[in-house]
Amino acid sequence: MSSDMYKEIILDYYRNPRNRGTIDSPDSKARDSNPLCGDVVEMQLKFSEGKVSDIKFSGDGCAISQASASMLTELVMGKAVDEVRKIDKTLLLENLGSPNLGAVRIKCALLPLKVMKTALYDYLGEKMTLEEDASSSK
Amino acid sequence: MLQENSSRRFSIDDIRSDFPVLARRIHGKRLVYLDNAATTQKPRQVINRISDYYENHNSNIHRSVHQLADEATEAFEVTRDKVKSFVNAKRREEIVFTKNATEALNLAAHSICERYLKAGDSIVVTEMEHHSNFVPWQQLAKKHHAKLEIASIDDEGKVNEEELEIKLNGAKVFAFTCMSNVLGTITDAKRLSALGHKHNCIVVADGAQSAPHMPTDIQEIDCDFFALSAHKMLGPTGVGCLYGKRDLLDEIPPFLFGGDMIKQVHRDETQWNELPWKFEAGTSNIADVIGFSAAIDYLTDFGMARVFEHEVDLGRIALEELQKIDSIEIFGPMDSSKKGAVISFNLGQVHPHDVASILDSEGVAIRSGHHCAQVLMEKMCVTATSRASFYLYNGEDDIQALCDGLKKVKEVLT
Repeated sequence: MSSDMYKEIILDYYRNPRNRGTIDSPDSKARDSNPLCGDVVEMQLKFSEGKVSDIKFSGDGCAISQASASMLTELVMGKAVDEVRKIDKTLLLENLGSPNLGAVRIKCALLPLKVMKTALYDYLGEKMTLEEDASSSK
Repeated sequence: MLQENSSRRFSIDDIRSDFPVLARRIHGKRLVYLDNAATTQKPRQVINRISDYYENHNSNIHRSVHQLADEATEAFEVTRDKVKSFVNAKRREEIVFTKNATEALNLAAHSICERYLKAGDSIVVTEMEHHSNFVPWQQLAKKHHAKLEIASIDDEGKVNEEELEIKLNGAKVFAFTCMSNVLGTITDAKRLSALGHKHNCIVVADGAQSAPHMPTDIQEIDCDFFALSAHKMLGPTGVGCLYGKRDLLDEIPPFLFGGDMIKQVHRDETQWNELPWKFEAGTSNIADVIGFSAAIDYLTDFGMARVFEHEVDLGRIALEELQKIDSIEIFGPMDSSKKGAVISFNLGQVHPHDVASILDSEGVAIRSGHHCAQVLMEKMCVTATSRASFYLYNGEDDIQALCDGLKKVKEVLT
């Protein structure tokens, strides 16, 4: 049952991460770590004409957190800001192949989402709502 | 399954049959519980004692004169006597019940610092302390404008004594662990205590990890305070103990105030109750203290020397088998007699969360993370490790399952 966690799609992103790195003079960036110790994700974003023109992730952590971060950058790249706003936990997990994560490991998968949203809202000069903050980390 | 090297053989299967949860299947596999440093499983004797208390003897204690109160009070206070014998304390009033070892250490830290610490003084701890024996001292040092000195350890968890003595010079308190919950290192508690006293420090020993796994003799160690935790030694959660030398417990102020810890309360002042109740405010975790009594009985019957012997054996085999695995990195001493059966390791570049998840899919429960020792993790230059920790109900088959599981981790993630 727990091996359902390590679906091919996750292993692929873990072994061959897309968009890992940093941006020269990003428009915004954010970094956070997992309360389940040991995962750190940083996201850097660049915007142009209302769209995300570049996004890179960096960090260190478990296969789930790093795969999720990489997959999320692909989901976000090139999208309009309003579309990126709508990316939520459900969409993220679907794109990861709906792995069977459990209450503890889900935080590993959702960490990049929280970081990305923090960077996004920072750029927009807005704040994450309490509901969004809660749902992006549980 | 018999233990070959023990002079007093015992059957692992017999022991396991006392622990109901060990019959569980996890993801279709036999539960291999190797997270004993986090918490231990409970024998039926402990579970039954708690049920029996609630079914037949439940009452608040110390205050009422009715029959139930009598029975409950007696059972509660008998547990105190058992803890006193278990750790070889001199007097029953030197044993205080708390909710866990963390609270015991917080109590000691708060009250010792309140009474003895002045601005400019220093407190000495080691790099490998659990957060419960590090953060309270750190915070109280700040509060009292005192300094926190951190004694370094080597890769095996041995304290650098030369540096330690320099730091102890002029210090007021020395707090150290008797067994590291990460490296497994068994410190020379008696020697460290003596060094602390040589420099006129109050010595506080954290026995949360050691008391469950080896005989404890507080007269030998001669520390001034000692903390232990019931749930780490087959007992229920919600119970810990602080041992303190009577003279010191008399001197230091209470930590929590309220009912039961008072003798007289007037409008403008209060007299404290006698020891140990001076430090037990409010209704204690009565049922679980009584349950703890059954855990102490179980361990005493089995024999703490025998527990230690079993774990040295298992530790030796585990270290041998683990070292056969390519790219394994094991932390702490490699001699199992210097190390409790606590083995922290990393497997190549695979993150401990992933190791633990895949082991879980094979029914093997280990811990991954910083183990409440982030200062130590930083010293070891890792953010997290995996940790397997054993107890009297673990056997060689568990070591095999761990190693097989680690091979699977390598298949999936490397």
